[in-house]
Amino acid sequence: MFHPTNALNLVAISTLATVAFLAEGLLADDVTAQHRGLAIARAVDTQDLGFRDYKVNVTMVLKNRHGQESRRVMKSRTLEQKNEGDKTIIIFNRPRDVKGTAFLSHTHRTGNDDQWLFLPALKRVKRIASNNKSGPFMGSEFSYEDIASQEVEKYRYRFLGQEKLDGQPVDVVERVPVDKRSGYTRHVAYYHRDHHRVEKVVFYDRKNAQLKTLVYRGYKQYLGRYWRPDEMYMENHQTGKTTRLIWTRYAFRNGYTDRSFHKSALKRAR
Amino acid sequence: MGMIRAATTILVVAALPHLLMAPVTAGEWSGKVEWESRGHLRSADDRSQREGGSTSLAFQPEFEHIFESSGDAIVLKAFGRLDEADHRRSHADLREAYWEHVGDTWDVQLGVNKVFWGVTESVHLVDIINQTDGLEHPDGEDKLGQPMIRLGWQDLPGDAGSLEAFVLPGVRTRSFPGARGRLRSIPRVDTHGAIFESSRRRRHVDAALRWSHTLDEFDIGLAHFAGTARAPRFIPGIRPSGEVVLRPLYDQIAQTSLDVQWTQEGWLLKLEALHHDGRDQYYNAAVAGFEYTLVGLADTDMDLGLLGEYLFDDRGDKAPGPFEDDIFVGGRLVLNDVASTEVLLGLIQDMEGEGLTAFIEASRRLGEAYTVEVQAYAARDTPPASPLAVFRRDGFVQISLSWHF
Repeated sequence: MFHPTNALNLVAISTLATVAFLAEGLLADDVTAQHRGLAIARAVDTQDLGFRDYKVNVTMVLKNRHGQESRRVMKSRTLEQKNEGDKTIIIFNRPRDVKGTAFLSHTHRTGNDDQWLFLPALKRVKRIASNNKSGPFMGSEFSYEDIASQEVEKYRYRFLGQEKLDGQPVDVVERVPVDKRSGYTRHVAYYHRDHHRVEKVVFYDRKNAQLKTLVYRGYKQYLGRYWRPDEMYMENHQTGKTTRLIWTRYAFRNGYTDRSFHKSALKRAR
Repeated sequence: MGMIRAATTILVVAALPHLLMAPVTAGEWSGKVEWESRGHLRSADDRSQREGGSTSLAFQPEFEHIFESSGDAIVLKAFGRLDEADHRRSHADLREAYWEHVGDTWDVQLGVNKVFWGVTESVHLVDIINQTDGLEHPDGEDKLGQPMIRLGWQDLPGDAGSLEAFVLPGVRTRSFPGARGRLRSIPRVDTHGAIFESSRRRRHVDAALRWSHTLDEFDIGLAHFAGTARAPRFIPGIRPSGEVVLRPLYDQIAQTSLDVQWTQEGWLLKLEALHHDGRDQYYNAAVAGFEYTLVGLADTDMDLGLLGEYLFDDRGDKAPGPFEDDIFVGGRLVLNDVASTEVLLGLIQDMEGEGLTAFIEASRRLGEAYTVEVQAYAARDTPPASPLAVFRRDGFVQISLSWHF
């Protein structure tokens, strides 16, 4: 028998079912986007596995909106770890008042990194606070979280689409930092689809306004597998300041061990 | 030490690389030249002290060479200051002159060297290896070079930490300002009248051992030193001229110390504690505190470090040093700008009525090769006999300009 209440129930159930079906579809799309984004990030991470260690010289050129330049020169050594983030040591050479200062970082996939600083004037090794990730590295437009070893676990991903960047095929992925102390709400990262490397990242600040853009240039492949850029260019759209990182003399598989990346080794780091 | 000794030492250090057989590149030289001008807040209390401020020039050349084949290193660092007011403040010292070899699990340094131990900011209690250069900054952070043989074992088996052993042949005596100098005790210390408990005097061989480890958030160090005290006691004396002076007395001591730091997020919790055993006395001292860093103040790039420490010495009023029951609070503002501008403000309040000491230090880079620093130190309500009275009498404002190469 046709009953008004039954009809209403039928309409209600149908609407709910349609909405649920649509929502599940959207949800499924979102989950698919997350899985795809994560898969892309994992592919980039896998591409870089097994390099063991490398060293490189870095020149950092800071420029303000008036065109005034300032230079920092340092050398960096990185040691790959199994099932953990990389260990990195950076030794400063210029400006001369900071010559001999050294920074050691043990990156962790989850949680804070362990960091030590060597202060040459006192010959003191100090373990420093690890909540500084959003702070500027050496007064530049790169923050500590920007230069730290990029671990897959540090972000949640969402695939946004495929595009062409300077004629190259790229996957565009949104990355949301897991750490609430990050200086960013999110990044939009452009990964080269075939070479599995980052080409460009756009950073959004805590108010979700576009803050900086980082572009990787001059990629070369080392040991037939590992991509490293010759240059990284960061532009801050809000202040007009830029920082150019010039990487020279990459050398892989130097036979480094944990010994050189220990806090006791910091005071003799050269 | 006169100006002639200062100049000679610097020349010797400069000539040394030419004596080495290995080829030397210009990039291995570095250092700084510093011009310092100091003015005092009150006129001098002692007649022999020079009125008005003082200007001085300091040189600190450094040389480092790494031997390609072995990876061994040679490090040289000399220091010299020329002071126009107090000729005794003109002095030179070989801060470092050592050879280093790094093996698989061990490393060795041989020669004059500097070693720092400690985690706190207001005082460095456990830092005993090097003697303080009492002619340099009143915070006692500048040290004289110490001859030593240092052996280090890193990562002992079983994840048991690291060990360092020191043989310290030769004792450095603390330097003190001369009669004309400010920032000194009244009566002045007669460095030529030093007394030693050991008959071997300056030739005594001291020794030290230190174990350290990192366990998650903890960095721990445990150390033992046996030998000649770095901080002298003072005995009144009379010079042939009839002048009353203080004669520094260097006891044979044993000191056991602990230093711990706990690091988590923006928090650093620190402790330094020691037990000191000497001939006539034993005492305990400690300093404990925290450092909290506020990153990105008000959406800027600036960081603010908040510091608080409690200083304790169970000798109480009988402690020769100024800090036996004191609280230190400080703030360090770091602009994180291109010029690395920093400002440090500190207050030390004595809980037993010895007064309040305050200081401010600000620094920044000028261009690429110069730094400028402005400092002021003052104290009030310090009883005349208190060691802190020196800051009340000779509170100062100082500006220094350095060229770094």
